[in-house]
Amino acid sequence: MTSSPAQQAQASRPAGRRAAKLDERLAGYKGVWVFVEYERGQVHPVSWELLGEGRKLASALKVELAAVLLGPPDGAIQGFCDQAVQYGADLCYLACHPVLKDYRNAPYTSVLTELVNRYCPEILLLGATTLGRDLAGSVATTLKTGLTADCTGLAIDPENRGLAATRPTFGGSLLCTIVTLNYRPQMATVRPRVMAMPAPDPARSGRVIEHPVALIEESVVTKILDFVPDDLIAEANLPFADIIVSGGRGMKRQENFRLIYELAGVLGAEVGASRPVIQAGWVGAERQVGQSGKTVRPRLYIAAGISGAVQHRVGMDKSDVIVAINEDANAPIFDFAHYGIVGNAMTILPALTQAFTEHLKTLKRAG
Amino acid sequence: MSEHFDAIVVGAGPAGNSAAYTLAKAGLKVLQIERGEYSGSKNVQGAILYSDALEKIIPDFREDAPLERHVIEQRMWVLDDESCIGGTYRSADFSKPPYNRYTIIRSQFDRWFSKKVRDAGALVVCETTVLDLHMDGRCVVGVRTDRENGSVYADVVILADGVNSVLARKAGFRGELKPKDVALAVKEIHFLPEQTIEDRFNIKGTEGVVIEMAGKITQGMVGTGFLYTNKESVTIGVGCLLSDFKKSGIAPYALLEQMKAHPTIKPLLAGGEMKEYTAHLIPEGGYNAIPAIYGDGWLMAGDAGMFVNAVHREGSNLAMTTGRVAAETVIALKAQGKPMTAPHLAAYRKALNHSFVMKDMKKYKDVPEVMDKNRQFFTDYPRLVSQAARTLLTVDGVDKKTKERAIRKAFTGARSTFGLFADAFKLWRAFE
Amino acid sequence: MHILVCIKQVPDSAQIRVHPVTNTIMRQGVPAIVNPYDLYALEEALRLKDRYRGRVTALCMGPPQAEVALRKALAFGADEAILLTDRAFAGADTLATSYALSAAIRQVHRSLPIDLVFAGKQTIDGDTAQVGPGIATRLDMQLLTYVSKIVSLDLAAREIVVHRRSEGGVQVLKTRLPALVTVLEGINEMRFASLTDMFRAERHPLTIWNKDDARIEDATKVGLKGSPTAVSKVFAPTPTNRRAEIIETHGGQPIDLAATLVAKLFSSRPDVAFAINPSLTPDRRSL
Ligand SMILES: Cc1cc2nc3c(=O)[nH]c(=O)nc-3n(C[C@H](O)[C@H](O)[C@H](O)COP(=O)(O)OP(=O)(O)OC[C@H]3O[C@@H](n4cnc5c(N)ncnc54)[C@H](O)[C@@H]3O)c2cc1C
Ligand SMILES: Cc1cc2nc3c(=O)[nH]c(=O)nc-3n(C[C@H](O)[C@H](O)[C@H](O)COP(=O)(O)OP(=O)(O)OC[C@H]3O[C@@H](n4cnc5c(N)ncnc54)[C@H](O)[C@@H]3O)c2cc1C
Ligand SMILES: Nc1ncnc2c1ncn2[C@@H]1O[C@H](COP(=O)(O)O)[C@@H](O)[C@H]1O
Repeated sequence: MTSSPAQQAQASRPAGRRAAKLDERLAGYKGVWVFVEYERGQVHPVSWELLGEGRKLASALKVELAAVLLGPPDGAIQGFCDQAVQYGADLCYLACHPVLKDYRNAPYTSVLTELVNRYCPEILLLGATTLGRDLAGSVATTLKTGLTADCTGLAIDPENRGLAATRPTFGGSLLCTIVTLNYRPQMATVRPRVMAMPAPDPARSGRVIEHPVALIEESVVTKILDFVPDDLIAEANLPFADIIVSGGRGMKRQENFRLIYELAGVLGAEVGASRPVIQAGWVGAERQVGQSGKTVRPRLYIAAGISGAVQHRVGMDKSDVIVAINEDANAPIFDFAHYGIVGNAMTILPALTQAFTEHLKTLKRAG
Repeated sequence: MSEHFDAIVVGAGPAGNSAAYTLAKAGLKVLQIERGEYSGSKNVQGAILYSDALEKIIPDFREDAPLERHVIEQRMWVLDDESCIGGTYRSADFSKPPYNRYTIIRSQFDRWFSKKVRDAGALVVCETTVLDLHMDGRCVVGVRTDRENGSVYADVVILADGVNSVLARKAGFRGELKPKDVALAVKEIHFLPEQTIEDRFNIKGTEGVVIEMAGKITQGMVGTGFLYTNKESVTIGVGCLLSDFKKSGIAPYALLEQMKAHPTIKPLLAGGEMKEYTAHLIPEGGYNAIPAIYGDGWLMAGDAGMFVNAVHREGSNLAMTTGRVAAETVIALKAQGKPMTAPHLAAYRKALNHSFVMKDMKKYKDVPEVMDKNRQFFTDYPRLVSQAARTLLTVDGVDKKTKERAIRKAFTGARSTFGLFADAFKLWRAFE
Repeated sequence: MHILVCIKQVPDSAQIRVHPVTNTIMRQGVPAIVNPYDLYALEEALRLKDRYRGRVTALCMGPPQAEVALRKALAFGADEAILLTDRAFAGADTLATSYALSAAIRQVHRSLPIDLVFAGKQTIDGDTAQVGPGIATRLDMQLLTYVSKIVSLDLAAREIVVHRRSEGGVQVLKTRLPALVTVLEGINEMRFASLTDMFRAERHPLTIWNKDDARIEDATKVGLKGSPTAVSKVFAPTPTNRRAEIIETHGGQPIDLAATLVAKLFSSRPDVAFAINPSLTPDRRSL
């Protein structure tokens, strides 16, 4: 009745067997596609991450990897086709039209489904961004195919060439692997910072296939009146921060968050938080790290007064170095942090701020 | 809000649910108010369900009630630091339906019961706390809740709001709880696979085991420990008089931790995952602590009226019975067209006097006092008993007669012969 | 004005445990709650109702117990509540769920035309954020996801203007009704129902529909049969065997602890040192 994967698992034990035979018509679906998210002159880094992952899948299947780029004919978009190739694509489907200038669900859905129906890829990957999730949901429904959201692992089942998409379920306490039965393409979204960023290879070359777009602005119902970029409203960009200082309920009071900001200031870091902090309104929702917040992958993640509940952990445990400050030596966060200080965050944080400041000063003097 | 009800029931524990169900079944216009998110969301219990009390309210409850296991075996353990001596009663009789006792998970059971109450026609409102009683002179005429437009009126209010009964205290129907009259119980649920539970406790199907424990685990405080098997989990807990906790300064969870580490108990929980930790009070003052349980426009049932038989760890059955009898009292008065005044509601107390409720409460009325005054039951005796067992069971070339002498000496060394007799007599008197 | 709100009853995943040995879900006693994200959608719909008058219908697909979720919606102020329940729906993935829900919505629309459909951003059990877009696509409604503010609603002109959270900023979008809106968390705060509302919610007869009531003719499109995806495996994440190196100093003074940690970070984790002090390396983004 519900769509929770684990619940479904119970109902669908025999489903695995249902997967056995693929219709002949569907067997004609070939190739791996990555939707490249191009907006306001930039490509979302998750798209490059996905090309890296897509490359592996395509190689396993011995098929081509294609990037799909939609956007306005602004001259810059062609350059991104080349970049997509450098990141691993063998070819690039390009659809340019003024209607595609900024993301809107209807025209994007229409063009992407058209492309899929025309060229029949077996796998289509998108970033699990607000754009990717919006688009993927509509495209999958239009194509009447399966879509697995927020995957953390993608692999090819050597037995049937199917996509095995692994994602967290039940608040991250379990993982489940989802397969798409007798439907194509197999669609999946992946969160930013879950897959590693591949190194671009400038020596690679590939083809570009331009796809004509037969849309007119008048036929698009939804209009964009304005766009307010985050820089203007000073919103955090946690997923791409190199350093994050996060506070949890253990910070006790909103005023104490000042200590977090002070340390972040010295380190040039972003400020993150666990969910109770968001719920208490100490910082804005865009700073939530975790299952229902952002996935982050900084070089350094400092967690103060955070217990390390699985829902928080799944959003940050791929950080290169995790430092935990917690009063409770048994807090679960010490089970996956790299360094720990057992103590009161209210005294440790100012000490860290001071220690970093001094260390940086010495470095400066030395350098 | 001007809506008027025949009766308002405060609380949706076993007492409140029994009262509301019985009233609604009889066609009365009933409102039940529960502060938890749903009935059972805040309730803590071991938990053993005694069929008889429920059967009198819902005869066919076995058909759909969420029951965990039926109890086929009861163990009584006396624990020393390292050892355990005890008895087991297991009977094939207990495995013949209809079963007499079940383990249950209160949150699920209460929810089921609450649905029955709804289906019977009562209006059940959750996530709503009754703050005050509305009085007209000395007569309770309604309640005030924490919601907007939150007052509502009725001919009679049944207080089934549990051991704390803030309402009864506020209204002056009951004094403050005395720490010597309540036990503080802490318990945890540990999840284990069904198969593991069956193997560990030597049970199959829906059979279950109950273990009652006394001795060093309470570190000299008056209290007992318990372990119940559920379908996929084991409930373990310990409760001691609040006054003792205060005196000893022992933290309840530390007590439970220590108990779980006991070499006899630890293997029973091994590999399990602790899911919920809860603490709750149990009224254990017995008969002498029962307050006035009726007055003009109100009745009191369950833990609110201190109806717990601590010796047999019975509470929910007394709650259900008092709840039912309270409702039946109201139904009868209503049928006779009599007002809900104290003289008429006195029929409630009378009916209880004639039932097992007051009879049992009376029978054990001296137990709390005797326990309190004879700490050796919780300190010396468990140690002596287990020592005795060890002495007897250790085969070391010493003849049995010498051993028996040593045991006797140990006992009389700790207590004079007279003391021993006196203790036995006191216990016998208290329980008789 | 008529708004339909999709709410789902979900197990409170904070209370779900996985058995450490057998890796199975232990659902015993796990309470069911209204998907927290859906409450924002409901409240937003109720606010529009307060402003423009009209009706709010709550729709939930789930087992009979999901009635509780709908009663909650009624207490907060929904006018109607429909429980879509049928054994045939069991095991549905998002495609099959959106199929059943959109059929029911169409059926509601026949008796009282719908201007807006509201859904939560995502559920906390499925966590896919796909059902909203799925319904919009099936009903051919304009889709507005991640809405952080409803700026204006013009019922006469049949237009709505919203703020939509997108990557790197906020889009201000205008579209035509009927539209489907998925509501971002934190957009509002849930009201506290009055006792009168609680009474009404308890007494209100629920509409209970099975697949025929929702006029679902093609049974192969719902439930397990209608689901293109299947779970092939459920397993526990591999535990990291890492245990934090606990920084300790003689005396344990905060400043000493801090200095020790900083020294350690700079000496043994060059990558981190570079991140903190970019001047240490020319190219720190090479990984
Ligand atoms: C569906 C769902 C989704 C969720 N999504 C998220 C999510 O995205 N992100 C998220 O973070 N959570 C999420 N949660 C909540 C999550 O389960 C935890 O409740 C939450 O992460 C706990 O936050 P915390 O560690 O700050 O608080 P707590 O668990 O209360 O921990 C506070 C910690 O601070 C320590 N402490 C206290 N005082 C001090 C002091 N003076 N100095 C140092 N340490 C101190 C304590 O020892 C404790 O370890 C979600 C839950 C659910 C059910
Ligand atoms: C650890 C433990 C183990 C036990 N084991 C057993 C056992 O094995 N067998 C047994 O028979 N008994 C056992 N008992 C005792 C048994 O749990 C109680 O006797 C029984 O629950 C009493 O029922 P009640 O309805 O009177 O009160 P409760 O179950 O406490 O219900 C009172 C209800 O009233 C609500 N409420 C309170 N105040 C208000 C208010 N102002 N407004 C609205 N609602 C309110 C509460 O939320 C609660 O739901 C045990 C108790 C404990 C603590
Ligand atoms: N079974 C259901 N009944 C009603 N609404 C649902 C159901 N499943 C999902 N929804 C709605 O769709 C949204 C997104 O769900 P999901 O795609 O599962 O993350 C939820 O927030 C609900 O508003």
